[in-house]
Amino acid sequence: MKEIEVNLTINHKKVSRTVPANWRLLDLLREGFSLTGCKEGCGVGECGACTVLLAGEPVNSCLVLVGQAEGKEVLTIEGLTAANKEEELHPLQQAFIEKGAIQCGYCTPGMVLSSLALLRRNAEPGVKEIKEAISGNLCRCTGYKQIVEAVQLAADWLKEDGDYIE
Amino acid sequence: MSFKYINKKINKIDLQEKVTGKAEYGADLEFENMLYACTVYSEYPHAEIVEINTAEAEAVAGVLAVLTAEDVPGENQLFGHFRVLTGDKVRYPGDGVALVVAENRQAAWEGQQAVSVEYNPLPVVETIDDALAEDAPVIHAEHPDNVALNSRHNLRKGDVKKGMAEADKIIERTYQTQFVEHAYLEPEAVVAVPDYGGERMTVYGSIQNPFYVRDHTAGALGWALNQVTIEQSVIGGTFGGKDEVASRLSARAAVAAQKFNRPVKIVLSREESMLESSKRHPYRFNYKVGLKEDGEIVAMETEVIAQSGGYNKQSQFTNWRCVIHTTGPYALDHIKTSVKGVYTNTIYGGAMRGFSSPQNIFAIESLMDELAEEMDMDPVEFRLKNVLRPGDTTPSSQPLGEEIPAPLAEMIEEVVEKTDFHQKREKYSQQEGEICKGIGLAVSFRGAGLGGEALDATGALLSIQGDGSVNLITGLSENGQGLKTAHAQIAAETLGIDIGRINYPNVNTAIIPDGGPTVASRGAMIGGRAVKMAADKVKKKMLDLAGELLEEKPENLLLENERIFKKDNIEQGISYEKLVQEAKAVGVLLTELAWFNPGPARLNHDNNQGEAFPTYAWAAVVAEVLVDQGTGMVEVEKLTAAHDVGTAINIDAVLGQIYGGIAMGQGMGVLEEVVTEEGKVETLNLDEYLIPTALDVPEMEAIIVETADEYGPYGAKSLGEAACEVHPAAIANAVAQASGRRLRELPCNLERVKLGRMLSRKDGK
Ligand code: FES
Ligand code: FES
Repeated sequence: MKEIEVNLTINHKKVSRTVPANWRLLDLLREGFSLTGCKEGCGVGECGACTVLLAGEPVNSCLVLVGQAEGKEVLTIEGLTAANKEEELHPLQQAFIEKGAIQCGYCTPGMVLSSLALLRRNAEPGVKEIKEAISGNLCRCTGYKQIVEAVQLAADWLKEDGDYIE
Repeated sequence: MSFKYINKKINKIDLQEKVTGKAEYGADLEFENMLYACTVYSEYPHAEIVEINTAEAEAVAGVLAVLTAEDVPGENQLFGHFRVLTGDKVRYPGDGVALVVAENRQAAWEGQQAVSVEYNPLPVVETIDDALAEDAPVIHAEHPDNVALNSRHNLRKGDVKKGMAEADKIIERTYQTQFVEHAYLEPEAVVAVPDYGGERMTVYGSIQNPFYVRDHTAGALGWALNQVTIEQSVIGGTFGGKDEVASRLSARAAVAAQKFNRPVKIVLSREESMLESSKRHPYRFNYKVGLKEDGEIVAMETEVIAQSGGYNKQSQFTNWRCVIHTTGPYALDHIKTSVKGVYTNTIYGGAMRGFSSPQNIFAIESLMDELAEEMDMDPVEFRLKNVLRPGDTTPSSQPLGEEIPAPLAEMIEEVVEKTDFHQKREKYSQQEGEICKGIGLAVSFRGAGLGGEALDATGALLSIQGDGSVNLITGLSENGQGLKTAHAQIAAETLGIDIGRINYPNVNTAIIPDGGPTVASRGAMIGGRAVKMAADKVKKKMLDLAGELLEEKPENLLLENERIFKKDNIEQGISYEKLVQEAKAVGVLLTELAWFNPGPARLNHDNNQGEAFPTYAWAAVVAEVLVDQGTGMVEVEKLTAAHDVGTAINIDAVLGQIYGGIAMGQGMGVLEEVVTEEGKVETLNLDEYLIPTALDVPEMEAIIVETADEYGPYGAKSLGEAACEVHPAAIANAVAQASGRRLRELPCNLERVKLGRMLSRKDGK
């Protein structure tokens, strides 16, 4: 298998790695960097469990070849936790706990990252906009209602706190 | 009585790890020197295996071996005739023929593609009717009539002949449901890790019922049960599904791990998961009903057949649940129900949230609406006339009203009023044009726990450490439903301590005794009872010790807010931590293993009369839909679900079950169907098998009904399955109103709604 070197920023740190050229960004994160918060649910871009932010935008990392991430910035759920140092959790994460928006948790990292991307471009989203933003993230457990409520709650908290998003 | 933790909104205790991505699911586990394995699946639904050619696969760089049935050192048959790897023939398209073991994922996958198998195809049994045809091909030599292992159950109450003779009108109807996929977000993953010089094995993974898997894995290795330990990973959803498939994967991985004395990991792709794992059984119900002129149902005779698939472990149990509930929550004097399951060369039926009830409720509640229409009655009025009330007896002749509450009539009235059911129904009946609305009602009762299906015993181990922190473990598993939190609430409430002190590890079969499977919505009710018993026993020891120290009778002491004090003098007491230290100093062990055992159910299994279940959970659901008759599109606009939960231990978790149940029920009602073509599965990934997204789910309203039910801990009872079983029926009834046509099959999707229209147009002409 042909190998390539990729250079990118993962969770605010510049890294480089030589990996098989057919690896997906998902493989690089999980196998290359043990960032297993990024989940595989379908491998075909349908479930959103593998969602990460690539250059700030949510992508299904199972559909991105490592080469396509060259030079870009990647944020995974592990980076979100670390980025917010004063409090342990990002308000979105806290809101997911508070609203009981997590059952098995397999969709959760992807859900949180899709919601984060939404809140970054729209600080006061309505229910419809939240549902649209997470419509690529399947959840088999919750029926989405408490997830939508969690995003609303996080938006409220963040408004009160002002500037939050790193 | 006022509680600190029970009946409250409490944040779940296992969410921090899940929300940060640190929770370890099966696929996340890595071990040194680990191998990877892939299963080679059958290409035919039914065929003899002539030869398995492994040379090409073994030549792939990194492939160590291709294992077949001959390499299984112990018992190759698991419960329900499943094989670890099938040897003689394949019986369904997901049958495992060989296992490729390799140094890495890529090599295992390449090896999987390189194995070629020569088959001698056999005639295929695709449907229930195929299976029962006179000269049907035989799938299992042990079952020449294709009737699945132990799957026949009968219920006989009263005298159905006499009842039918008294009836003014007799109506017959048939309903049929589909194969439904669990579609848990996490595909199955296991890792088998050999240790102690190859004499022990630990298997980690997404395993719903660790004790079944342990027994099967030990069997496959030919080992004693205590040589195999199953340690459950965090599970990314299961809903009944990670059972047979988990046993097979674990056994395969263990066989390979033993052979090479190295850890072996198997992670299924979504396609493999959908191919190999169980589904919700399709059921067919043939009802014959005798009614009086005033709408009273006097007798019901029903034949029920489940499609069991190529192998089956569960039909015998799903069918038992079905036989008790076939005729629904209605007061009937004369019942004759006969249920069986049949093998077919298709994917197989297993446990899926409800365990026959979503199918059954779709059938009986569609029937109720049809009967009402035939009798020219309103569907609510018709149900209220026949529904089980205090003073009536269930189909298995259990009396209602004293120990077992029967609040369904009031629940129907509440949900009907909350949804403006009658006004809407009236309004919608005047509609014209292509796009129409509809509103429908469906109700249910659900036997709580395992009941007469199997012994409903389980254990809990509660251990207070020297610093006051607590370890709590049961044999039941956290699948996301909130079991750990509910149990921790019960323990913290009973002991009067802070819930934050409790650590609750995943099931480990070497630590806790076999407490049965985490099924039948028994986690809170049965598992919770064992937890309560363990906590009560520890509490008694604490009170006894505190009594000695405070020179007071234990019964005059209270344990609250981490303090033990005198009832009549709050100032005189001792802190929880101090007491724990004292216990340690004097050698009082604050650890208890409690075993809750209700004993076998007092039930006659020949006619299923007797105590089928200790209690029942009741539900009433209203669905509101919009149907575009031109395109056949069905939009579910709102679901209002009223559930009797006894006591809600954790309000948020209860709501989460209800909302999640709505989405899953909606999926079965309008979207989901595993499509098979000549036995082959066509819908193998989530792009073809559609489950509801955030944009699809309807507006949801939950009505939590609390009843005084003494059986469970603090009055808790079953909810997980009840929360999902009624919706397909309510939706079907709403679609029938909107479209003016009755669909007697699920799902009510585009094709069926349109087809129904085309057919009725033809009929009309
Ligand atoms: S794994 Fe990438 S979308 Fe499902
Ligand atoms: S919480 Fe299980 S898939 Fe969303």
